[in-house]
Amino acid sequence: MSALRPLPRWADIALLPLLNLLLAFAVSGLVVLMIGQNPLLAMWAIVTGSFGNGFNIGYTLYYATNFVFTGLAVAVAAHASLFNIGGNGQAYIAGLGVAIVCLALDQTHWLLVAPLAMIAAAVFGGFWAFIPGYLQAKRGSHVVITTIMFNFIAAAIMVYMLNRVFKPANVMGPESRTFAPGGRLPKLGEFVPFLQHTPVNLSIFVAILALIAIYILIWHTKFGYALRALGHNPTASRYAGMSNSRIIMIVMAMSGALAGMVALNEVMGVQNRLVLDFVAEAGFVGIAVALMGRNHPIGIALAALLFGALYQGGNELQYVIQGLDRNMVVIIQALVILFTGAMEGLFRPGLQFTFMLLSPEQKAEAVARETASSES
Amino acid sequence: MTLAVILSTLDATIRLSTPLLLACLAGLYSERSGVFDIGLEGKMLAAAFAAAAVAAVSGSMWLGLAAGMTVSLGTALLQGLAAITLKGNQLIAGVAINMLAAGLTTFLGQTWFRQGGRTPALGPGERFEPVTLPLARELSGVPILGPIYADLVSGHYVLVYIAFIMVPVTAYVLYRTRFGLRVRAVGENPKAVDTAGISVTLMRYQAVIITGLLCGIAGAYFSIAQGSGFGNNMTAGKGYIALAALIFAKWKPVPAMFTCLLFGFLDALQIRLQSARLPVIGEVPVQAIQALPYVLTVVLLAGFIGKAVGPKAGGVAYTKER
Repeated sequence: MSALRPLPRWADIALLPLLNLLLAFAVSGLVVLMIGQNPLLAMWAIVTGSFGNGFNIGYTLYYATNFVFTGLAVAVAAHASLFNIGGNGQAYIAGLGVAIVCLALDQTHWLLVAPLAMIAAAVFGGFWAFIPGYLQAKRGSHVVITTIMFNFIAAAIMVYMLNRVFKPANVMGPESRTFAPGGRLPKLGEFVPFLQHTPVNLSIFVAILALIAIYILIWHTKFGYALRALGHNPTASRYAGMSNSRIIMIVMAMSGALAGMVALNEVMGVQNRLVLDFVAEAGFVGIAVALMGRNHPIGIALAALLFGALYQGGNELQYVIQGLDRNMVVIIQALVILFTGAMEGLFRPGLQFTFMLLSPEQKAEAVARETASSES
Repeated sequence: MTLAVILSTLDATIRLSTPLLLACLAGLYSERSGVFDIGLEGKMLAAAFAAAAVAAVSGSMWLGLAAGMTVSLGTALLQGLAAITLKGNQLIAGVAINMLAAGLTTFLGQTWFRQGGRTPALGPGERFEPVTLPLARELSGVPILGPIYADLVSGHYVLVYIAFIMVPVTAYVLYRTRFGLRVRAVGENPKAVDTAGISVTLMRYQAVIITGLLCGIAGAYFSIAQGSGFGNNMTAGKGYIALAALIFAKWKPVPAMFTCLLFGFLDALQIRLQSARLPVIGEVPVQAIQALPYVLTVVLLAGFIGKAVGPKAGGVAYTKER
């Protein structure tokens, strides 16, 4: 039997993820049907809830900011064929760095604090991913397992730190004191009245810069080449004289630093204090975003926007349809991960077959056109 | 510490390590056959929900247990479809399963029962009751051994005994039967098994089915034995601790039991030590004990205490030929 030919690039990049997304929506729609609600109405509620007005758009962009960071974190590691599922823990620990900087310097100006907080987030988050990276590179322990473990260790550390170190005496809950205005990142709504009082803040520009920087890093630098070479074939890259263990450690640290930026958005941008579980599930959404976006910054930007919209729309869902809420979005997200990440084999062979059926005729046509134009 | 305190701590240890042990043994079958399973948590959660929901509606704990096992089996087969037949990424399949279970259980729980995601509280007959072993009452007067038998060995849910019986059963199946040999072989060198004329796919599916069933019991334990009803995210990361235990035990059944007992003991200790002051050390942060299983696993994985090497063909889908 002749092997199926690889798909055309556009089909691989756009068609396949879209089909998978549609399937995820279809299955979620069935769940909605099952409880006796109208899936199309739910869909519409999500769309208007996420893009209906400036307020909704502001929230959508705020969620998308987080998901760009975690999506990039997963993608950078994925290019080196490492699966970083510790984004949650890395972002959580990064909150420690951001909070320390903000608490120490919030009597100054945010213009001074923001860059330092960014560096602190990158250092703390990066460090939390560097250890699993080091253990993978030097001790051969699987990065997936260690990053899972590090999520739980991070959670324990943060509960301890919030209860014992950051909690001021006069506060009941486990949270730090609220930062003075010098430790707060300005909200976009202050400059763009359209966005109203929504949490989207200046860190969205950090997210955009990160997208561009990662694009350049992965496809236009020597290091990016080495990283992709490692991802494709570690033996070959080793023989080409690259130090795989060094690359693994750097990539993991970078991945953690990117995940850490969630803390910039959440702690300095939105909460203005260190709280429990401020990461929510952003690290895991990042996996869906990276898979959906095919590990490419443009794809990640779009996928982050999609999931931002789903999260915000999901929040609004409960006010429109009785019985439906954010959990619907968790289900959609899980299905996207399942279909795009783990069940790629579902559509690919079929698609490849379809394209093969289509291609000979198309080719013959093209040849005929070519000869016709050269003769005339 | 008096004997009573020690006994009650150990008693709690057994209760807390039971679901870990079941999930750990579940993962053992799957991983030994070469299918990495980080979806133990999701399967348990789905089973816990199904068991509680069916037990509440039908009024029978056995139907609840059966429902939990069925749902967990279905979930395992979905994961198997992705990881074995469609040759997808096994790790990502596990992540998806965990997320799906978290979303669906909360969502369906809220829709069906309207109690904020909880299932109705279970009455007698709808949940498992502790079993008193024969002669427990009569022997409790015997010094030391009596209370140990009466309080520690006797008086657990039947699922607890099933879990501990599964340890020698698993060891026997894995090391003394043809099936076990094939499961191990398919995880180490699937090509060789294939060459011998045995279907790698079939072997892996069989292993995954056992994983599903055991996870089902583990999940049911949470909601219809230990608890009386399902609550949001009831398994609370226990699936990951079981995974850690599996690695810590180097994928072997008997060490798995001891590791689960150790992790269960840490859990029991953590509950007991809450706000307790110890001499010399002072107040032990509860979080330090909570994090200990994970830290220990990382340290082991790093090769500082022994070396954990998983099944060689683990994580890779088997492709017959290109």
